[in-house]
Amino acid sequence: MQTSSENILSATRIEKGFPGTKALDKVDFHLRRGEVHALLGENGAGKSTLIKCLTGAYRRDGGSILLDGTEVDPRDTFDAQRLGIGTVYQEVNLLPNLTVAENLFLGRQPRRFGMVDIRAMNRRARELLAEYELDLDVTRDLASYSVAIQQVVAIARAVDLSGKVLILDEPTASLDAHEVAMLFRIVRRLKARGLGIIFITHFLEQVYEISDRITVLRNGQIVGTRDTAELDRRDLIAMMIGRELAAEIQSAHAEPVQGRPRYTFRNYGRRGRIKPFDLDVRAGEVVGMAGLLGSGRTETAEILFGAHRADSGTAEIDGRKVDLASPRAAIREKFGFCPEDRKTDGIVGDLSVRENIVLALQARRGWTRPISRAEQNRLADHYIRALDIRTADREKPIKLLSGGNQQKAILARWLATEPELLILDEPTRGIDVGAHAEIVRLIESLREKGMSLIVISSEIEELVAYSTRVIVLRDRAHVAELDGQRISAGQIVEAIAAANERGAA
Amino acid sequence: MTSTVRTYLARLLPQLIALTMILAAVSIVFPGFLSLEIQNGRLYGSLIDILNRGAPVVLLAIGMTVVIATKGIDLSVGAVMAICGATAASLITSGHSLAETLLVTIAVGILCGIWNGLLVAVLDIQPIIATLVLMVAGRGIAQLITEGAILTFNDPGLSFIGSGSFAGLPMPVVIWLAFGIIVALLVRQTALGMLIEAIGVNRQASTLSGVLTPVLLIAAYVLSGLCAAIAGVIAAADIKGADANNAGLWLELDAILAVVVGGTSLLGGRFSIAASVLGAIIIQAINTGILLSGFPPEFNLIIKAAIIVFILVLQSPRFHTAFAFLKMPRATAKPTEREAK
Repeated sequence: MQTSSENILSATRIEKGFPGTKALDKVDFHLRRGEVHALLGENGAGKSTLIKCLTGAYRRDGGSILLDGTEVDPRDTFDAQRLGIGTVYQEVNLLPNLTVAENLFLGRQPRRFGMVDIRAMNRRARELLAEYELDLDVTRDLASYSVAIQQVVAIARAVDLSGKVLILDEPTASLDAHEVAMLFRIVRRLKARGLGIIFITHFLEQVYEISDRITVLRNGQIVGTRDTAELDRRDLIAMMIGRELAAEIQSAHAEPVQGRPRYTFRNYGRRGRIKPFDLDVRAGEVVGMAGLLGSGRTETAEILFGAHRADSGTAEIDGRKVDLASPRAAIREKFGFCPEDRKTDGIVGDLSVRENIVLALQARRGWTRPISRAEQNRLADHYIRALDIRTADREKPIKLLSGGNQQKAILARWLATEPELLILDEPTRGIDVGAHAEIVRLIESLREKGMSLIVISSEIEELVAYSTRVIVLRDRAHVAELDGQRISAGQIVEAIAAANERGAA
Repeated sequence: MTSTVRTYLARLLPQLIALTMILAAVSIVFPGFLSLEIQNGRLYGSLIDILNRGAPVVLLAIGMTVVIATKGIDLSVGAVMAICGATAASLITSGHSLAETLLVTIAVGILCGIWNGLLVAVLDIQPIIATLVLMVAGRGIAQLITEGAILTFNDPGLSFIGSGSFAGLPMPVVIWLAFGIIVALLVRQTALGMLIEAIGVNRQASTLSGVLTPVLLIAAYVLSGLCAAIAGVIAAADIKGADANNAGLWLELDAILAVVVGGTSLLGGRFSIAASVLGAIIIQAINTGILLSGFPPEFNLIIKAAIIVFILVLQSPRFHTAFAFLKMPRATAKPTEREAK
């Protein structure tokens, strides 16, 4: 533990909850003077929630923030800037139609006789940017410069305004290698000036290049803080996707399934989304899909379900060739798909829980054969009870339910169609622990009933628990397949990391 | 059954209250307003007048409701009215039979709807832009059909649609009543209504659930085109002529207003055909009421705007939150209890 004088920013026991989930659970985070501190974790781990609590964009539910030794409580991002915490986001949040100088001094333009002193402003803007080795025409519109330059202008503004802590939220996501190098030179310079810098990214390569320490978040909790030099890449990935927990539930292993595959995909793929792959799924099998963000898991699911049409390969069900050109075609073949982004792709927010549950079944029957109201009520009540969907009644708009209950309602939508192949994309993301366990149990019981399932999850221990086989993906290709005793968190992490030895995550 | 009737009435209550208030206010200023009489087997009176004059907007509002429920909008309906009026007039004057004339006119309206629907559903153009195309071009097309003149006709069959009567009611009223009931039954007795609402709330999620999104979207615009065609025939039959410049002018705005007054959100989703019909009748009642009360005509538009603002305030979510707050303890205590785990 460091002494407090070393830390420029100390957040202790930060808590933040949203209806139905605990986004941050007693998170401790310490940032030293003059260090670059990488904040890592898969999507939904709580990185952005933590940042938003630090910058006042969210009000935290509990915990304290010490900045430079004094306790602070930023009410909003403006307040945080004033206190000394500046943030630069991936999407530059400056005004592209104003000049560079105007952007740098927006809201605090130097004045003379009550008017903006444009000449003084331009001069000071040039001086400010000279510190960043940038020689720009500050009177030109910001939009006329590249994203990288805009990024630096945003940093210059944030540092000039705040000057103690700089938060970089995925600043390199849209930059090329040359621009990243320029950005990193500036980050090192700021670090030498004693700023504390929080760096959020998905590129592990860059983490190793620039950061001094790494803090990993998972499910709203701190997994640990390590010195970058002492943490090898494999251990880092294990921290991000969770290996320690896996050891405990490894006994609950699903037995491999023998027999002929029901679903056979050969050389199946779509250019620009997922490289052609071969996939077999048997009845009563759960095929897990593991891989880091952007490795092609969701793309695989979408192409199997016809949300995007395959442009190569063949699909067969029990030896019969099928054309999965659209979700409707896939649904006709008794496929079901719970998408990853529940809110935009899953729920129909204003409609009731009942209507959401019967939607897919009704769509399959066609509009001329409506499901009677009595039958709708029976279906809705059945699944509300069977899946323990917590809602005041079946007529409540689904958007008012918690994440876990929305997820169960979407599952119910597909179960109502009596699917034979169910594809679940991150079925347990962003839901509370109780609902999480129920969904895992549901997956197991569906498998025992002989359904085929394909489950994508970032939680390795979960995949290990219910998968009969695990496919590992990286760089939009299927690269490894594990079955039987080879399914273990260690093996999965090994397979993911093997790929990442050579490139960005 | 009684509970369905009750939820239905609860949905229409604001519109019914607004309509009653307007009718009451006008009848104070203009005493003979509510009287009805039968002459030659047909009802006459200001109330019947409102229903009759309101026919085009009611019809447009029926189609507009379904389009708006899909999160769309159809700005072209006024122009389609002009096109269809012109088509009907030019066919009847060139010697075609009434049946042929009506069939072709309806087909033209449906064609306009298919055009809009294709732009929106297949080319994925924003509905406001997609339908603006036909709104602008439509009047030009209508002028081409009438060759720039007002095409008058004398066919008694076609005129009957505008000024005849059936079962004691003017023909336009009979037409919109029948058509409204057919459409309402069609969307609510089949699954169409729910699927359209699902598309309006979340098109992507609906598509992924297997809803045939493009076809239903096109169908919504086709219905709107069909409604505009019928409204166009009524408007032309009423004046026994087709005026390409003025037929249906600005009526798309009245139709949108009728839908909004009827309480259907422009953001799509939940809709009610009956409420939109009431909305259109409210607008017509205001129009007729102001004329009858003898206000100087220059006040008409302002009074109309004021009344509409009042109705919209009654429906605004903020007003509802404030209102719900007053009766909260009784209304929501139970659900929150059950939700808590």
